[in-house]
Amino acid sequence: MGYEILGLPLIYYLAMLGKVIVVFLFVLLTVAYATYAERKIIGHMQVRLGPMETAWHGLLQPIADGLKLFFKEEIIPSQASKLVFLLSPFIALVPAFIAFAVIPFGDTIEIAGYKIPLQIAAYYDTAAGKVIDVNVGVLYILAMAGMGVYGIVLAGWSSNNKYSLLGGLRSAAQVISYELAASFALVAVFMLSESLSLQKIVADQAGVFGWYVWKQPLAFILFCICSVAETNRTPFDLPEAENELVAGFGTEYSSMKYAMFFMAEYANMVTVSAVAATFFLGGWQGPTPWPILNFVAKVYFFMFCFIWIRATYPRYRYDQLMRLGWKVFLPLALLNIVVTGIVVTLFK
Amino acid sequence: MLESLFFLIVAAVAVLSGILVITCKNPINSALSLILTFFCVATFYVMLEAPFMAAVQVIVYAGAIMVLIVFVIMLLNIKTETDKRTSHAVLISSIIGLFVLFETIYFLNRSSLTGSKGLMDSAMIKSVGHTEIIGKALFTDFLLPFEITSLLLLVAIVGAVVVSKRKI
Repeated sequence: MGYEILGLPLIYYLAMLGKVIVVFLFVLLTVAYATYAERKIIGHMQVRLGPMETAWHGLLQPIADGLKLFFKEEIIPSQASKLVFLLSPFIALVPAFIAFAVIPFGDTIEIAGYKIPLQIAAYYDTAAGKVIDVNVGVLYILAMAGMGVYGIVLAGWSSNNKYSLLGGLRSAAQVISYELAASFALVAVFMLSESLSLQKIVADQAGVFGWYVWKQPLAFILFCICSVAETNRTPFDLPEAENELVAGFGTEYSSMKYAMFFMAEYANMVTVSAVAATFFLGGWQGPTPWPILNFVAKVYFFMFCFIWIRATYPRYRYDQLMRLGWKVFLPLALLNIVVTGIVVTLFK
Repeated sequence: MLESLFFLIVAAVAVLSGILVITCKNPINSALSLILTFFCVATFYVMLEAPFMAAVQVIVYAGAIMVLIVFVIMLLNIKTETDKRTSHAVLISSIIGLFVLFETIYFLNRSSLTGSKGLMDSAMIKSVGHTEIIGKALFTDFLLPFEITSLLLLVAIVGAVVVSKRKI
């Protein structure tokens, strides 16, 4: 293991690659089975069975769905703006995945004498004796969350269809409004941690009672509601309100491109759940002594809540959505920052 | 070596997308090219060890401002610009452009690097943190300009509300 590339031992690169592959597979599998879980859970909540035919209790349903979508005919409207039309599913999907690069999903582990932190964009600095990660991790996540909206907006515009355009416009307005409140909710958290690095934020939340959810309950609730709006999920799924806009921004999409928007929505759910778990529920620091299990359990808990909310609430009206975002959540988030600032200054 | 190669690739993309911003006939395509340019600039900030600037560049410019621009273009449904030859505008702007270019080259060649280094070097950024340095500077040395900027923004917001509302 003495082999080195650019002054770092080979195992650093292998570990990096391994982490990327594992996390990517985890998110992909979660995305696939989230669709299954959603159908099953909502089914049982509505006293139905959900998918039952494909394998035992429909367990292979996501794979069957994927195959079906893969082999469907690809239709591109003749009046569509071709390049943008083809590009937008990717623009929607990629930010959802790469936001995972800065989320720590476990403690530092040791392989062959080298310490490997379980976070993609991080390495163990042996000279300094600590884990170095992206020191603006929080901002990176916010930046990527802001990028995802382009996929939907451009899909709506490039389809050259009035329903799509309206869906895209709604999405843009909605995401801008709610992103602001969600970001401000997170600001209160890193005012407490005094750092933008996610390693530090997780390290600060040792023990169940050290979780930021106890210190920032308002920020936690605000972030949860705003992230439902940001991922375009019910009750805020106005960009694809099927009874008024057909399928909104996705009306003209078929085959794999449609599947990619679908995957982007669920990947965003996974990412937002991971962010909520990291910021408010202590990331991998949790009730059980197994870090990775803690993290995965928390992510799945939030995913379940997403599905639960969908089964419970009817859709908002557009003006209600805007009023809620700008007149309730934004002032509350600002108030939370001011109060946190006063408390931090007085009791430090 | 690797870093300069990476720089050259990103720089090429930046220049190319910058050219596309002004040559694209379709306003949405121009806006998309501008987003790409902003991303390249963010990459340069990362390479210059200014991660905070990079993140803010993406959040504020590529994220917020460009979404707003795309939103407005879509809302007004601006059609693709038809090929109009406005020779006067092109002539005048190219003369100004050339003048600015020569001026830049002249001033760059006139002076030489002194070799003296500022307070903020790599080691300083690594030990204190880029965000912390910017925060401290903004709220101590540059407090007055910072407050004036926020006041200007407030005036702009109030102005926007006054202009858009018929009755207040």
